[in-house]
Amino acid sequence: MFEFQSVSVGPPEARRLEGLDARLPDGGLTVVAGPSGSGKSTLLRLCNRLEVPSDGTVRCRGEDVAQHDPLVLRREVAMVFQRPVTFAGTVLDNLREADRDCDEARGAELLERAGLPATFLARDAGELSGGEAQRACLARALATDPRMMLMDEPTSALDAKATKVLERLAKQLVADGTPVIWVSHSEEQMRRLADRVLLLVDGRVDREGSAQEVLGDG
Amino acid sequence: MDSASDIGFVGLAASLVLVVIAFAISLRLRLRLERDLVVSVARGLVQLLIVGAALAIIIDPDTPLVWSWLWVVGIVVFAAATVKRRAPAVPGLFWIALAANGVTGLVGFAVAFGLGIFPVQGTTLVPIAGMLIGNSMKSAIVVAERLVEALSEQRAEVEARLALGQPWAAASRPILRGALRTALSPQIENTKALGIVFLPGAMTGLILAGVDPLDAVLVQLALMYLILGGVATTAAVTALGAVRRLFTSDHRLVALPRSTRDTG
Repeated sequence: MFEFQSVSVGPPEARRLEGLDARLPDGGLTVVAGPSGSGKSTLLRLCNRLEVPSDGTVRCRGEDVAQHDPLVLRREVAMVFQRPVTFAGTVLDNLREADRDCDEARGAELLERAGLPATFLARDAGELSGGEAQRACLARALATDPRMMLMDEPTSALDAKATKVLERLAKQLVADGTPVIWVSHSEEQMRRLADRVLLLVDGRVDREGSAQEVLGDG
Repeated sequence: MDSASDIGFVGLAASLVLVVIAFAISLRLRLRLERDLVVSVARGLVQLLIVGAALAIIIDPDTPLVWSWLWVVGIVVFAAATVKRRAPAVPGLFWIALAANGVTGLVGFAVAFGLGIFPVQGTTLVPIAGMLIGNSMKSAIVVAERLVEALSEQRAEVEARLALGQPWAAASRPILRGALRTALSPQIENTKALGIVFLPGAMTGLILAGVDPLDAVLVQLALMYLILGGVATTAAVTALGAVRRLFTSDHRLVALPRSTRDTG
């Protein structure tokens, strides 16, 4: 779905991506991996134009993303962040930030896709646990009916149980036809999740392929 | 001393006792504000003495009124430069603040002089502009600083909203409201506490100068309402202008410093 052609981000003396050439497929679950500072999050943020390249081109389905309306692009390419960011109000209020027409029935359906019961609609979003808040954020991201889901280390602040739930939900999204790009630096998580791994080192693609091809038999 | 308004330089020197107390508090609590205190007192003294001498010329009935208007323009420009200096992270803030202070000046003068509340003369133009723009400038500084700080601190929330496809105006609205509330609250509280806690400067000055207290109150009330309106206008125009410049045309939040507080 996304193609990066000679993409650099940041000033020449402090590049976060350096002449990156890569492709993110239009299906399956792709894990973008690499050490801290390798440019994983930057690559994700280029997809929904929260960042723009200093050099090079990012294409979405063959078209330069600079030509897309960023507001439309961001609703098509949704994002779940590293730390759950809930807004003031109830969970339903949060869903309405993404879809102002969201009623309780639609809200319940979105929560179900994010693994939360409908009773959460009336809960104060500020009082949710980390795992619950991250799933509420996933439901909110789904409220834009995206064609792709970007997930930037979404389990880094969660415990093992909540991590497993979110991984299961991501796989379900892929099974339902929504490709997922998941940033991770955990080798175990890559092996559990990835249909394909893109390994970044120092802002460039170091290796890519299946988890086994990139990581070895481990 | 022959009246309360004639304190002389000895009286002025005596009033510095309180500044010495402020200096001692800063020293004792290690606030590191001693240099700022000395600079502000010295600067205020020199500036006001110069202003006093200049005002004596400006308000002379034989001096053409155009000099008063030029002084007013100077106040507006200097206020805009001060706002810009306090929140340098906002691109083009000088012009935004200039427009905000200009609008406030125009509206304030239209009411104060257009409706005949005060006569148009040197003795009213410059002091009213000083009070109106001075208070408005403070609100512009607070709103600009608070906007930059809040957008920096709450970048994650703003970007979460942008990522949902919200335009910059919607994504920044909660922060804009908070910044405006912070900027307007002191003036609203001042107006609420009028006469009970807070005896404002113009009224105090007039009473000290021997004017009938009721007349002084009427003048002060008219000024307070002008200032309240001016503060709200300046803060709103500055906030709306500044927040627009803190987002790119493709709805991204620009890079911001962690904090913009002037630590001297």
